[in-house]
Amino acid sequence: MSAFVWLTILTALRILARNRLRAGLTMLGIVIGVGSVIAMVSIGEGAKRAVQAQIATMGTNVIVIFPGVTSASGVRGSQGSAMTLTVSDALDLKKRIPLLADTAWAKRDVMQIVYGNRNWNGTINGVSPSYLTIRDWAFTSGGSFTQTDLDSAARVALIGQTVVENLFESGEEPVGAMIRIKNVPFRVIGVLVPKGQSAQGADQDDVVFIPFSTAERKVFGTSFIGSVGAMFGSTDQVEDLPMAAEQIREVLRARHRLQAEQSDDFTIRTQVDIGKVQEGASETLTMMLFAVASVSLLVGGIGIMNILLVSVTERTREIGVRMAVGAKRRHILMQFLIEAITLSLVGGVLGIILGIAGTKLTTLIAGWPTIISGNVIGIAFLFSLVVGLFFGLYPANKASRLNPIEALRYE
Amino acid sequence: MAALIECEDVWKIYRVGDVEVQALRGLSLTIAQGEFVAIMGSSGSGKSTLMNILGCLDQPTKGHYRLNGIEVDNLKPDRLAGIRNQQIGFVFQSFNLIPRTSALENAQLPLFYRGLSLKEQRAQAEAALRRVGLQGREQHYPTQLSGGQQQRVAIARALVTSPSLLLADEPTGNLDTQSSQEIMKILETLNRDEGITIILVTHEVDVAASAAREIVIKDGQVLSDRVTKAKPTFSTVEA
Repeated sequence: MSAFVWLTILTALRILARNRLRAGLTMLGIVIGVGSVIAMVSIGEGAKRAVQAQIATMGTNVIVIFPGVTSASGVRGSQGSAMTLTVSDALDLKKRIPLLADTAWAKRDVMQIVYGNRNWNGTINGVSPSYLTIRDWAFTSGGSFTQTDLDSAARVALIGQTVVENLFESGEEPVGAMIRIKNVPFRVIGVLVPKGQSAQGADQDDVVFIPFSTAERKVFGTSFIGSVGAMFGSTDQVEDLPMAAEQIREVLRARHRLQAEQSDDFTIRTQVDIGKVQEGASETLTMMLFAVASVSLLVGGIGIMNILLVSVTERTREIGVRMAVGAKRRHILMQFLIEAITLSLVGGVLGIILGIAGTKLTTLIAGWPTIISGNVIGIAFLFSLVVGLFFGLYPANKASRLNPIEALRYE
Repeated sequence: MAALIECEDVWKIYRVGDVEVQALRGLSLTIAQGEFVAIMGSSGSGKSTLMNILGCLDQPTKGHYRLNGIEVDNLKPDRLAGIRNQQIGFVFQSFNLIPRTSALENAQLPLFYRGLSLKEQRAQAEAALRRVGLQGREQHYPTQLSGGQQQRVAIARALVTSPSLLLADEPTGNLDTQSSQEIMKILETLNRDEGITIILVTHEVDVAASAAREIVIKDGQVLSDRVTKAKPTFSTVEA
């Protein structure tokens, strides 16, 4: 039987080689289908990976807590407009929730920064030292400020890459330089490693960090000392995030003395929530790809079926002869099935080559990140096999059911 | 001598729309191992139907047909295919070689369905081509061969399985006189020297003259059955 299968494959290849143009046109549907699926999945994967990398720049296992909104006679303010969260909330959360590895707090405002004869309007963040560890922020030069700096409201600043570029000559060392924020002099003690865009598209490097206490007492002029713009928490395990978020909610509700019927005066977001939005988007993309792939493989499969039906008619006499010399039904069935599968597999392989080439070209020309996964190639290959099998079955069955006498007489 | 073919009251009835066509009407026939029989008859006499039944391509509507002792009527199509592969060689009027396929591969075809290794297939097909005088033309395509040579490839294809029965349906119908004579000589030699039973359908009297027995079919029945040559003294080499 195996000699028969090999010879049939060889015969099928030879028949295809003989009608190269016809075989090529027949395979085109499969080639384009498989090729476009591989290219699109690779580009999609690349985009997904890029977004995941952006989400990762938030830090590891981060929970963000915003204050609620103000409500004056039914007119509601923007998110974070209420001053319901305080430094003592943050400290208490860390004390009462063992799941939390660390907590941090921050407050921000856009202000003018001056260095020598240059100036820049950037986001000034008053933060606790733990903020930088939660967000996994490293330094290209210098280092972070300490608890002592926070306690003493020291005038020290950490600056991001965008700020460096706008205030300093290239090659100039920012660490040790004196900059002024709202006319208050600060010593730059660290330059932050660039993080690029956030998942929302904001420039994360256009940033200055100063100790929280310095910010509220010397720069922002806060009326309500101790209120924060946002709080942050982190857990050791990503699985702990939902549980930690729930515990934070309970503790904060208790601290804020909220009755059961009152809604939260704060909002909690975890990194998992933010990731879910992205996942939803990529799921939609996957569904669309699946639809495109199905349609193109369907068209390709119909092409194969069509050409095989033509082939069965053209070779009716040959089928008759084969039956006369002893071919059984399954022999004829196998012969045409193998021809169909050969067509679709050769088409599939060409499609894979086309898809990889297209993907590489996209990276080369458009500069998009792409990831070619072995899984996609495997699935594409498998799909072309199934298409060949499925669409070859009808013509092959038709051939195998021919009456040998009529087939031999066929003109 | 053992009977190779035994037909007993064979009927073949077709239905074409409302019309019933009785192609064979109670035909009985016995052909012994090693005979060379010519079957003659006008078109529509039922001889093609008879050939199809004898060749296990078709089955009788009624009656019995035993080939080499096997009851062939009522067998399933795949069993019939197996019997054709093992016992019968076909030679057709229009050669019926597979186009754009070499002489060797055409001659190999029946062995293809026996599951032999490629090497064995090659060797046996080469031997069969040698027997019909086509050595050196193994790689030629049918279009590169003359009609007579194509028919010889077809005979090699029929011989390659060492069949007990060779059915030739107007084997010289598409050939010129010289090629016809060559083909008939090959058939005679096969019958005489190797004891292969040959049944030949023909219109031509001089072709039928090669056979030792002549059966004339008319209206689906045997009209005449006569021995035209004294029984040759061949050795009974079983196939």
